[in-house]
Amino acid sequence: MSIETVLLLIPLLPLVGSAVAGLLRHQVGRAGAHWITILAVAGSAALSAWVAWQVFFNGLPTLDYSVYTWAVTDGITFEVGFLVDSLTALMMTVVTFVSLMVHIYTIGYMHDDPGYQRFFAYINLFTFAMLMLVMANNFMQLFFGWEAVGLVSYLLIGFWFKKDTAVRANLKAFLVNRVGDFGFLLGIAAILVYMGSLNYAEVFAAVPAVEGTTIALFGDTQWSLMTVICICLFIGAMGKSAQVPLHVWLPDSMEGPTPISALIHAATMVTAGIFMVARLSPIFETSDVALSFILVIGAVTALFMGLIGIVQNDIKRVVAYSTLSQLGYMTVALGASAYSVAIFHLMTHAFFKALLFLGAGSVIIALHHKQDMREMGGLAKYMPITAATAWIGSLALIGFPFFSGFFSKDLIIEAVHYAERPGAGFAYFAVMAGVVITALYTFRMLYLTFHGPTRMDEETRSHAHETPAVVTVPLILLAIPSLAIGYFTVEPLLFGGALSDSIVVREVNDVVSNKLAAKFDHGAFAFALHGFMTPVFWLAMLGVGISTYIYLFNPGLADTIKRRLYLAWTILDRKYGFDELWQKVLAGAGLGIASGLSKGGDRTVIDGWLVNGSARLVGRVSGAMRQLQSGFLFHYAFVMVVALVALVASFVLLR
Amino acid sequence: MPIIEILFYLFSGVLVLSALSVITVGNPIHAALFLILSFFSAACIWMLLQAEFLAITLVLVYVGAVMVLFLFVVMMLDVHVASVREGFARYLPAGVLVALAMAVQLFLVIWTRGMETMPMPAGEGDEYSHTSMIGELLYSEYLYAFEIAAVVLLVAIIAAIALTHRRRPETKHQDPARQVRVKRDERLRVVKMKSEGEEA
Amino acid sequence: MLTLAHFITLGALLFCIALAGIFLNRKNVLILLMCIELMLLSVNMNFIAFSRFLDVLDGQVFVFFILTVAAAEAAIGLALLVVLFRNRRSISVEDISDLRG
Repeated sequence: MSIETVLLLIPLLPLVGSAVAGLLRHQVGRAGAHWITILAVAGSAALSAWVAWQVFFNGLPTLDYSVYTWAVTDGITFEVGFLVDSLTALMMTVVTFVSLMVHIYTIGYMHDDPGYQRFFAYINLFTFAMLMLVMANNFMQLFFGWEAVGLVSYLLIGFWFKKDTAVRANLKAFLVNRVGDFGFLLGIAAILVYMGSLNYAEVFAAVPAVEGTTIALFGDTQWSLMTVICICLFIGAMGKSAQVPLHVWLPDSMEGPTPISALIHAATMVTAGIFMVARLSPIFETSDVALSFILVIGAVTALFMGLIGIVQNDIKRVVAYSTLSQLGYMTVALGASAYSVAIFHLMTHAFFKALLFLGAGSVIIALHHKQDMREMGGLAKYMPITAATAWIGSLALIGFPFFSGFFSKDLIIEAVHYAERPGAGFAYFAVMAGVVITALYTFRMLYLTFHGPTRMDEETRSHAHETPAVVTVPLILLAIPSLAIGYFTVEPLLFGGALSDSIVVREVNDVVSNKLAAKFDHGAFAFALHGFMTPVFWLAMLGVGISTYIYLFNPGLADTIKRRLYLAWTILDRKYGFDELWQKVLAGAGLGIASGLSKGGDRTVIDGWLVNGSARLVGRVSGAMRQLQSGFLFHYAFVMVVALVALVASFVLLR
Repeated sequence: MPIIEILFYLFSGVLVLSALSVITVGNPIHAALFLILSFFSAACIWMLLQAEFLAITLVLVYVGAVMVLFLFVVMMLDVHVASVREGFARYLPAGVLVALAMAVQLFLVIWTRGMETMPMPAGEGDEYSHTSMIGELLYSEYLYAFEIAAVVLLVAIIAAIALTHRRRPETKHQDPARQVRVKRDERLRVVKMKSEGEEA
Repeated sequence: MLTLAHFITLGALLFCIALAGIFLNRKNVLILLMCIELMLLSVNMNFIAFSRFLDVLDGQVFVFFILTVAAAEAAIGLALLVVLFRNRRSISVEDISDLRG
């Protein structure tokens, strides 16, 4: 089997699986659906792993080729093509592996759901779309994958389409993403206009030629073309990767089934924006302004979204806000030109966040779809495996040394520390503060759920037990990389040059090889050991300590603090009013314009004047004309004669 | 003044006067008779124009057929003579005004376009047959039109009959369909009776 | 001397008289039909005059057709009149206004 065949099979297997499970769902049945889709994803995962092996260990050169030319028009080629290098291989492996775990887990989670086959078809379709996104070698295919994952995300958030909140949430996700996609599309359009191609390689080659170009937007102000393009593209990433202020859809997307939250809204799809920026690093490197913008947006997201996580009571929402916060970290890394670190964190985060989500889902299954943490507590003795894996995920999340999250997060903080870009100071503060907050809400969730006195009612407690193997096995399989993958991959990925063929960083910006490498020269073990002595670690421990004291030893204190700091609490509980902002400003303006047009334009002008008006005019005129139709012959004769006289007169007068 | 001119003025005078009478007399029978007179005069003028065939046709068709039809209808319909003239005086000014305006305009057209200086061409010789010339034209160049004219007349006949025909319950008539449908038993009854011889 | 204008004038006069007749007559459809016959006569007069003065026989053929159609029209018109009278017991133009809007 040639490498091209393998690469073609990787996305097509899930597509076929999805088509079979979705279109023939009655024929294949429930078991058939999950077997087909799981085998498809497993095949895909195995082939991806093989490709990754070839890329990282056997030195497979970068493949960039066209699979199918869709259309050629006016010198622009629209094609389906694959670009396979280290970044793609890494993403493919992460996507297919997490997807496989989620597929298996779904058997348990969706066991009683009537839409079982539909669900499998969707997640398989999602895998296909995500693979097309990461394997793309041109902007059109990137956009296809981008929109396709958006579509599947929409379908899956609204999977329980009879639930009102779910339908609203998926609509919200779709609409907010449209805002981002608007920018993204403008960016792609600008690239097409100024660089004349959609192919990555050709665009990258054309970048130096247009780097100094300025264009006039909004009047005569000259803007750097590259900055405009980068910010437009990044607006797309803000939508997809849920950065402030386009983050509002992500917490609401928790209305979807938990496997989806794990797969799409934590591990893979939301990282598409991060991936995109890293993939387009040659473009982003040309604009310091855009990178500063990215840095600040990421820092704001990392800090403020984490704060909201502290006041959430829904277990899934806590994880959702932590996802937002971690996406902020990745964005900060991008803004600091540490693309490889962002990708590294993307990978480790994919594992431990999927783990945490699936753990939350496991709890939810055990409690029969209760999600409120105030009605949990002490679950560790009922569900030891879930609790243990949740601990591993949480420690990875707060960046406890040796856990995978430690390496990626610590390096992000270091990268920001050394970055010399405007906004880096604020970003450094934000990520440092974020460490405390991450630890705080993560352990709050752990304690409220698994430890302390139980607040479950009798009936729930009698049901509470460890979930079946289809749920726990994925948890264990995800816990292993959450625990160890950082340790084993940090060095080759970041400092061994494994990603150097796909990520371009300018020498002056390159904090990773200039500064971080120096700190890392003693290897991963030494770095992790040193991690115990850094302020970052102690800040995390501070967060853990606070949360241990409040939620384990002094449960009344939380309410006291809430009362004392009522204003702050309200601000957090309202999520800084972003929902209201969008609702009032954007949706409100839209509604205002629409209702104005509907009332003024449609009902008055079109209906009133044009449609009914013309009918009324005809009615009035014909009403007047009716009076002329007397029915008397001599009246008609008179008219005829008068006309005749006029006609002859015209002969006489005009000759 | 040549005789032809005298005849023209004589007949046109009669024509105009009788036409005026058609529209002014109260009795429709009189009107029809005046119309006959005007047709006659017109036919005479057509003779002056050497259109003998048409002049004769006009007399035969109009005076002989159409006007008789008019007279039949007038007599068939019981029309109030007095009421016919009602409103005549009221509409007279408007009618005269419109007619005058029309006439003035037409005169302006006719007497300014060179027609007033166009003399009548010399007539044909005695051996010239006007009727045969028209016949040749009708049966050659205008053959289709001629046939269509025949169809138009046929349609007119059928239409006139169809419009005026009505079934009266008291009239006796045959119904061929019923005649054809009839069965033996409805008409024939076989009676068995003794022959005269047996009785003796 | 008789010129074309004389004959055409005669036709025009006839036409105007017929026109006035249509105007003045409000009571009798029959008279209307007669006026129409008069108008047709005036048209025929023109045709024949032109035919004679321009020495083209086609005009007379046209008159022939007009006579045909006029006869047909008179027949159908009178038939309609009869039916009308049968139904309405009146042939007054003022009574016939069923087609008013």
